[in-house]
Amino acid sequence: MSQGLQGPPPEDRPDPGAKRTPSGARIDPDNQPEPPRRRVILSALVKHEPGVLAKVAGLFSRRQFNIESLTVGPTAYERHARITLVIEETEPGIDQAQKQLEKLIPVISVTELDGDAVDRELALIKVDGDHPDAISAVADMYDGQAVDVSAETVTVEITGPEPRIDAAIETFERFGIREVVRTGTAALAAGPQETAPGHVAGLTDPTDT
Amino acid sequence: MTTPDVESPPPSDEEQPTQPTTVDSGAAAVIAALEQAGVTTVFGVQGGAIMPVYDALYDSPIRHVTMAHEQGAAHAADAYGIVTGEPGICLATSGPGATNLITGIADANMDSDPMVALTGQVPTGMVGNDAFQETDTIGITSPITKSNYFADDETTVGDVVGEAFELARSGRPGPTVVDLPKDITNAETDRHPRQPRLPDTYRPASRADSEVVSAAAHALERAEKPVILSGGGVIKGEASDELRAFAIDHEIPVVTTMPGTGSFPEDHELAMEMAGMHGTGYANMAITHCDYLLAIGTRFDDRLTGGIETFAPAAELAHIDIDPAEISKNITADYPLLGDAATVLEQLDNELSGIPHADEWREQCQRWKAEYPMDYQWDPDGPLKPQYVVEQFDELTPSDTIVTTGVGQHQMWAVQYWTYTQPRTWVSSHGLGTMGYGLPAAIGAKIAAPDREVVCFDGDGSFLMTAQGLAVAVREQLDITIAVLNNAAVGMVRQWQDAFFEGRHSASQYPWIPAFDKLAESFGAQGFAVERHDEVESTIEAAISTDGPTVIDFHIDPDENVYPMVPSGGDNGKFALSEDQL
Repeated sequence: MSQGLQGPPPEDRPDPGAKRTPSGARIDPDNQPEPPRRRVILSALVKHEPGVLAKVAGLFSRRQFNIESLTVGPTAYERHARITLVIEETEPGIDQAQKQLEKLIPVISVTELDGDAVDRELALIKVDGDHPDAISAVADMYDGQAVDVSAETVTVEITGPEPRIDAAIETFERFGIREVVRTGTAALAAGPQETAPGHVAGLTDPTDT
Repeated sequence: MTTPDVESPPPSDEEQPTQPTTVDSGAAAVIAALEQAGVTTVFGVQGGAIMPVYDALYDSPIRHVTMAHEQGAAHAADAYGIVTGEPGICLATSGPGATNLITGIADANMDSDPMVALTGQVPTGMVGNDAFQETDTIGITSPITKSNYFADDETTVGDVVGEAFELARSGRPGPTVVDLPKDITNAETDRHPRQPRLPDTYRPASRADSEVVSAAAHALERAEKPVILSGGGVIKGEASDELRAFAIDHEIPVVTTMPGTGSFPEDHELAMEMAGMHGTGYANMAITHCDYLLAIGTRFDDRLTGGIETFAPAAELAHIDIDPAEISKNITADYPLLGDAATVLEQLDNELSGIPHADEWREQCQRWKAEYPMDYQWDPDGPLKPQYVVEQFDELTPSDTIVTTGVGQHQMWAVQYWTYTQPRTWVSSHGLGTMGYGLPAAIGAKIAAPDREVVCFDGDGSFLMTAQGLAVAVREQLDITIAVLNNAAVGMVRQWQDAFFEGRHSASQYPWIPAFDKLAESFGAQGFAVERHDEVESTIEAAISTDGPTVIDFHIDPDENVYPMVPSGGDNGKFALSEDQL
C-alpha cells in the first residue's frame, strides 16, 4: 500500500513571496548584509561566591560567543565581584550575550559600557636585556617602567587601553621578546555614572533569616 | 494473550509518618524545607552519600517512590512537574547516581519543566580528591540547570533547598540542583529552614511595556492574515483559558508548538494544531502565509521553524515571553512583549477594539484543513496502522487522559492522531528528544494524577531503554497502560535513512527485541500482543479495565512513516506528504 498523505504537492502551493535573514529579521535578505561585528566591553556585577567565573566562562563557551578577554576581581563590597568581558559580536549576538549573562542567578547586573568608559589593561613584557637604555626609552614612550632586570633580560610593565598595549608589544619586538602576559581589559563607566548597578532591591545577606 | 496472576505487593511494614520533620541535622533541614514547600512525593534511588537524607526521609510524611534507575527518577519527577505545575523532586546519590540523573535534568532544562534534583556528594573535606563516587555534579549540571547550589553549611542547607524549589517553579520554570555533601547532611543543626524565597537577583517580569502592547494590538487590528502560535509557555503560565478566550473572541486561528499541545482545544474550528517538522499541513500553511504572528511562550526551536529564512517570512512578529533572552534569539520580534503570558494577553485584549478583518483568511485556513487532511491510508485486513491504534485509544479513554511518550515515530503519531483538548494532558520529551522518557513519565504522571487515565505510547526502541520502570509500576500498583508501537526498528532513523541515506539501514533494525507482552508478565504486569486491526478495540478495553500496569505490544506496519514532513532546515510551506516529495 502507498505511504503518505493526500493534498496538493509542494510545487503546486503558493509562495509567501518573502524571506527572513539567517538571524531571523523580516527584511529582504538579498538587500541585507549580515550585521557587522562590533567590539564591546560588558561589565557584570556578580555575587562573590565560588563557581561564578566557571558559570560565566561556560556560558560563553557553550553559546559560542566570541570572547577576547575576561577579567574578574573583588569590588569595594566584599560580597560582590566584577567581571569585565570584551567580546566581538554582531548586534544580535551582543544582545544575546548580555541577556544570557543576566539570566545567570549569581549575576546582579550587566552593562554594555559606552565608548567614553575608562578601560585599562596591564602587560608584562620580558625582552632580551642587550640594550637596557633603549628598552628604558621605549618603556618611557609608553609610560611604562622596567620592573625586573637580570643579566639577560628586562621585564617592562605597561598599562593602558588595549590598542596601546598592542602597539607597545609590537615596538618591543625589536629587542627580542621572550614572554608576554596580559591581564585583559578592566573598565569603569566615565563620570558619576554607575558601571553596573548593584543596589538591587532586597539584595540581602543570604544567611539572614 | 495471557493473564498471569499478579500478587499484590505485601503491605508496607511501616506506617507513613504524619508529623512534620523536626530539624536535628542538615539532612532533616533538607526534608523540612521540602515539607515546608508543600512537597508530598519524591522519586529517587538510595546510595552512599545520600543516605543521611534518606534517613531523615524515614520519619517524614513525604512519600518516596523508589525507582529502578536514576534516569527514571528524573523523568518521573519531570512528568510530575508537568502534570501538577509544581516542581517534581528527584533524589540520587553522588557519582553515578548524579550522572544517571543528567539526561532527565537536561530534558527538563530544554522543556522548561519545574524540577529539583537533590544529589548526595562526598564530604566537603574529600571534594576534589577523586574520592569514591565523587563527581563534579555542579560542574556537570551548570549548563543544563536554571541554577545549581553546592550546600556547604548545615545551618543554611534548608534555605538553599527552599530557594532551589522556588526558583524552579517561578518565571520560566526549569530544573535546579542542590548538591549535598555527606558531612553537611550529617552535621547537627536545629535551625528550621526559612520560608522558600527567590534569589534576590531573580525578578521575572509580569506586565509588558504598555506602549509596545498598544502598538502590537493596533498592528493586530490591521492584520489580514493573523495567526496565534501557542507554545509550552501558555500551559506553564496557566494561560490556556486566557488564550482560548482571546483566540475565540477575536477569531484568530491557533497553531501550537509540540509543548503547546493541549493549550488550545484541537476540536475547535480555529485549531490548526501543531506546526513544524511533523506538523499538520494546514498549520504549516497558516504559519508560512500569515502576515501577523502572535507567538506566546515559545523559543522558536528549529523543529518548529525549519529554515529561519522561510519561517513566517511575511509576518510581523509579536512575541510574548517571560524570558527576555528568548525574545529575538532566533526570530526577530517586531513587538517584544516581555511578561507573563496570561497578563500580557489580558493587556492586549484591553487594547483591542474588535476582531481583525480577516474573514477571507479564516476561510482560507478552513480550506487548507480540507486540502491537507490527516487521513492515513489503511486496510482493515492489512498491516496494523499505528495511527489507528492512537485514534482507538483516544476514542476509548476520557478526554482528560494523560498521554506520555518516548521519542520517535510513535511520538509523532501520538501527537498527530490524538485530539488534545486540555492543558497538561500531553507529557513528552520535546527539546532534548529523550528516547525512554515515556514509561518513567507515565509513573510520575499517574502518581501526580491518580484518578486519571494514563496512557504511554512508546516505541520498541524507546521502551527498551527504560523498561526496568515496569518493576516500579508493578510495585506501586499504578494503573497505567503502555502501548508499544512496535515496528522492530528505531523507526524515525529508518525513515531518515530511507529518505536521506539511500535506504542504508545502519544499526536501525531491531529484529532482536524481546516479546514485550511476556516481558511485562515477568515483571508482574499484564501483557497483551496485537497484530490485527480487529483486535485493537477489545484489547485496549481489556487493558484499561485491568487494575495495575499493562503493556500492549502492537506489531505495527514496519513500513509506515510519519507525514507530513519538513526536512531539517527546510521550508515549512513545502512540507512533504510522501517520500517522493522529499
